[in-house]
Amino acid sequence: MNGVHDLGGMMGFGPIAAPAVEPVFHEKWEGRMAALVMAVPGDWSIDEDRAACESMHPAKYLKTSYYEHWLHGLELLLKKHTPDSASAMRPADIWPALTARRSYVRDIETPAAFAVGQNVRVKVMHPAGHTRAPRYVRGHTGEVVRLHGAHVFPDSNALGRGENPQWLYTVRFTAKELWGRANDDTVMLDLWEPYLEPA
Amino acid sequence: MPHDGHDHDDHSELSPIALRVRALESLLVEKGYVDPAALDVLIDTYETKIGPRNGAKVVARAWTDPAYAKWLKEDATAAIESLGYTGRQGEHMVALFNTPEIHNMVVCTLCSCYPWPVLGLPPVWYKSPPYRSRAVIDPRGVLAEFGVTLPETTKVSVWDSTAEIRYLVIPMRPANTEGLSEDELAGLVNRDSMIGTRLAGKVA
Amino acid sequence: MNGPQDMGGMMGFGPVKPEINEPVFHEDWERRVLGLTLAMDACGLWNIDILRHTRECFPAEIYWSVPYYDLRIEAHIKVMLARGLVTEAEILAGHMQVPPKPVKAVLKPEKVGPLLAKGSAYIRTAASLPLFKAGDSVRVRNLHTQGHIRLPGYLRGKTGEVVRYHKAHVFPDSNAHGAGENPQHLYTLRFKAREVFDADSDDDLQADLFEPYLEAP
Repeated sequence: MNGVHDLGGMMGFGPIAAPAVEPVFHEKWEGRMAALVMAVPGDWSIDEDRAACESMHPAKYLKTSYYEHWLHGLELLLKKHTPDSASAMRPADIWPALTARRSYVRDIETPAAFAVGQNVRVKVMHPAGHTRAPRYVRGHTGEVVRLHGAHVFPDSNALGRGENPQWLYTVRFTAKELWGRANDDTVMLDLWEPYLEPA
Repeated sequence: MPHDGHDHDDHSELSPIALRVRALESLLVEKGYVDPAALDVLIDTYETKIGPRNGAKVVARAWTDPAYAKWLKEDATAAIESLGYTGRQGEHMVALFNTPEIHNMVVCTLCSCYPWPVLGLPPVWYKSPPYRSRAVIDPRGVLAEFGVTLPETTKVSVWDSTAEIRYLVIPMRPANTEGLSEDELAGLVNRDSMIGTRLAGKVA
Repeated sequence: MNGPQDMGGMMGFGPVKPEINEPVFHEDWERRVLGLTLAMDACGLWNIDILRHTRECFPAEIYWSVPYYDLRIEAHIKVMLARGLVTEAEILAGHMQVPPKPVKAVLKPEKVGPLLAKGSAYIRTAASLPLFKAGDSVRVRNLHTQGHIRLPGYLRGKTGEVVRYHKAHVFPDSNAHGAGENPQHLYTLRFKAREVFDADSDDDLQADLFEPYLEAP
């Protein structure tokens, strides 16, 4: 979805406000919101949660704070899913749950299509659903610098169509290629194989 | 609220933006930048004199006069000016003729460019983010929201008005209108059909 | 500028909501804004590109949410403030506090008709011959200009066909920054929706693009 979350390369937002000291939560409700999202025993994935947060109206998304995006996401998810109250988190469950070792690496039967050092182009794609390929890299060519194994594919997982694991690569782009800059800066992104084609 | 609702002065029903505009107008008049009588003429011009009836007359003429249609295709600015429609936001006109093969549709993704001399001021939806964002990427979805479904064999051709060229769509003449006069035909040309989001005919 | 105006292809704004029998103005203050902005333009102190760029510099959440006439009047207020025609305090008070600045003209009621009918043609003489002609295949350069530009982001890097040459026009990228009209050749380019948006159709897309945005493929 070419939603408001896809802000890479946009101008006009002004300088980055970086206070020297920042509290973990600016307001009490933000802490409650963060806790709620972690405590609700939902059967949704992180990808479905992201897609829900991204579906806000663009002006509203920019006017509201981070935890309001979470609220918007949770409200949407609760309309579609019914959490199992029997598995609600108890205080003793929190630390083990937050520190449990999780992995997005999955087995895959097909070999990786690309190798480190190879040039790849990001497909020109405009899916209406969730994707992790920002608009600013689409159509551009970069070099594979790392292969991460097969990972859960967000574009499928967000839609409830299963994990559909796909090879994940770190691809390096020059700022010249992406933005027409005359320097040697680079930008690296983690991109799944279905986003890529041979250059 | 400054008042409890009992003693309304004449500001009490105005929104903050209406009050701001009123204060600005007083100021600009007081400073002599603006002649209030000129404001009234400007407003009246776009509220009552320049509107989509102008474009409808261009379309009806094109439907009934092949020589005029040819001129409109070759030099829309001159052909439209010959009917008396010219000027601001219509300095460089291009006419786009819809056919069974091609359906043209106009948008301005970057602002809200619109051919004022033939269509008047743009409607709210034309200026809105939903239209500006979607017309280029999902024109058939937008058309469906206007109740228009085109056959797959008709190509949709979207024109993004990025410069000072302004576009007027000449919709296809509705069927069974052979006996109608030019004026009667103009009555069938709705505004949206000249933007390309509807077909010609009465809008329900 | 990759600003909020560049929304072609964005998603998430919801459906288009056409209003049947929509009035020209929904509220009286909108009428006044139309009159005030057109009358102030006639003072001859700025141009259409300066106004467009001013609007594009508003924060995206404002640009994407405030009503059209609200954004227009706020942009005009900005350019008037920048030129010292009015002050913030005067606007709040609704009264003059400092003497007026000279303007090139004040629009009189009898001049409104002729002014609107005349418009302002944008065709100029260019310093060079056009590089492209109808039928040429041309690629859009990958420009990410900080200043004003009339190139929608969705066309960058895409190849299209020149379908019409419009002669040289005032170049908004210069004109918006007070750098003169700097006329540039203007072309209508045709692109395939399949290439630009990966559309599953033979639909096409046209845009009017200035020569500095273009290169031979």
